[in-house]
Amino acid sequence: MVENRPLLTIVRHLVLLAGIVSVLFPIWMTFVASTLPGDALMTGRLPLLPGDRLWENYATLLSSGLAAAGGAPVGPMLFNSLVMALSIAIGKIAVSILAAYAVVYFRFPGRMLCFWLIFITLMLPVEVRILPTFEVVADLGMLNSYAGLSIPLIASATATFLFRQFFLTVPDELLEAARIDGAGPLRFFRDILLPLSRTNIAALFVILFIYGWNQYLWPFLITTDESFYTIVMGIQRMLRVADAVPQWHLVMGTAILAMLPPVVVVIAMQRLFVKGLVETEK
Amino acid sequence: MHKRVIFKGTVVPLLLVLPQLAITLVFFIWPAAEALWQSLLRQDAFGIRTTFVGLENFRRLLADPTYLNAFDNTVVFSLAVTVIALSIGLFLAVMADGVIRGATAYKTLLVWPYAVAPAIAGVLWWFLLNPTVGILAYFLQSLGYAWNSQISGTDAMILVVVAASWKQVSYNFLFFLAGMQAIPRSLLEAAAIDGAGPVKRFWTIVFPLLSPTTFFLLVVNLVYAFFDTFALIHTTTSGGPGQATTILVYKVFTDGFIGLNLGSSAAQSVILMAIVIALTAVQFRFVERRVQY
Repeated sequence: MVENRPLLTIVRHLVLLAGIVSVLFPIWMTFVASTLPGDALMTGRLPLLPGDRLWENYATLLSSGLAAAGGAPVGPMLFNSLVMALSIAIGKIAVSILAAYAVVYFRFPGRMLCFWLIFITLMLPVEVRILPTFEVVADLGMLNSYAGLSIPLIASATATFLFRQFFLTVPDELLEAARIDGAGPLRFFRDILLPLSRTNIAALFVILFIYGWNQYLWPFLITTDESFYTIVMGIQRMLRVADAVPQWHLVMGTAILAMLPPVVVVIAMQRLFVKGLVETEK
Repeated sequence: MHKRVIFKGTVVPLLLVLPQLAITLVFFIWPAAEALWQSLLRQDAFGIRTTFVGLENFRRLLADPTYLNAFDNTVVFSLAVTVIALSIGLFLAVMADGVIRGATAYKTLLVWPYAVAPAIAGVLWWFLLNPTVGILAYFLQSLGYAWNSQISGTDAMILVVVAASWKQVSYNFLFFLAGMQAIPRSLLEAAAIDGAGPVKRFWTIVFPLLSPTTFFLLVVNLVYAFFDTFALIHTTTSGGPGQATTILVYKVFTDGFIGLNLGSSAAQSVILMAIVIALTAVQFRFVERRVQY
């Protein structure tokens, strides 16, 4: 605080509160809608306080989903999202920490080529190469499978780059000492580098989990079988129906369930989340 | 930068990079090359004959009014999202920077929408602004504005801009706040002693020192608006009404998957790739420069 200006402090608090209210308002209304009976929403005048159908609505969702509209049950969709988010997060970390290790700690033919090939993926988001990637995955027979959902999204230049930057800051003396003690490359990696990278791995995990959970286009393209729908994309099909059949309370319940896991992760691990966010974007 | 001490060997490192390299080649490089090649081809209506047409696909695209319309939409949409999300994020960060009591609570409550998927953000606002059931639509209508995002193209564009900015504010807030907390207090104190008020201090000291952060966020927000908002548009307006909210990424999808016009979709992919590469290059030049500071 540079100087004490009571009036300014009050203004600051008011503005921040207004910001929080506008951030929270959509979520609060969604929650309210998910606790009401279906027809209560059709009046267009939503009450501002939750109704009494919380348990019924969520129980319906988890067991049968939007059965009236032929929708998939929400429980399995949540499970699919979890599998996808975890495999993407763990897969990306595993694949990129190994690649970064090789690029930093070895001189092998084609090293720079590997580095650039990996690096260029930064410039090719799924959205711009939709059709050809879809064709490759279809040719490999990976449509409607967990492998198809996660493996094409596993290669990540950001994670490799982050680990590379971190490895470059690890003092050379550690490697010298390890080599004098007779440690080979794999032993050095497992016993020294991996424990040192623990916070980086955790921070990256938080970011990648959210990234994986929130994927939309990719699961939308390659799953035609209901049993592989993820929740973030499954909600779109419900929404199309909700315009015709009044099922808004169930759709909004699904929205709450779909955003709960990543939001909990962010709030519970805020410190790691901020670290991961700031470092992956550097 | 290189390590002074390294391990010897060729087989071990090659095995280590192999997983990432294989995935990159199969799912990134190959499809991108495929897109480049297909953008030069044209299939007949039955998908039986493919002929090499050179740059014909690009020429047709640039003469196609629906594509130019998508281009205009993208410009309007991404500029609006970037400007709104950046200015609100900056404003909130300025307010939060001077607050001592409850600082952590404010930060937590403002940061978490980052975790909400763009698709879900779209669903929330689609609901709030739904002309029949939405409470905000009801509010607007009772003020006398005939809000209908399902009929009016302008209303639909406002809806997607609001939803996309709502989600992005938290990200900008976080980076601006971090940037401001890195500014030495002594500078601000010196200015205060010289009689500069909070507003003057902001424009003459804080804002110029934040310019690297602002520039970085500008690029990130543009990339977000260009690419990550596909889900948001798909769950809400589906590019409609008419073509009012069809942005470039959305058009690649509709032309490729629904229209099955492979050549044109591939040409659009190539144009998008050029845009990402340009944006990334700009960002990297800037990152390099920042490292030298």
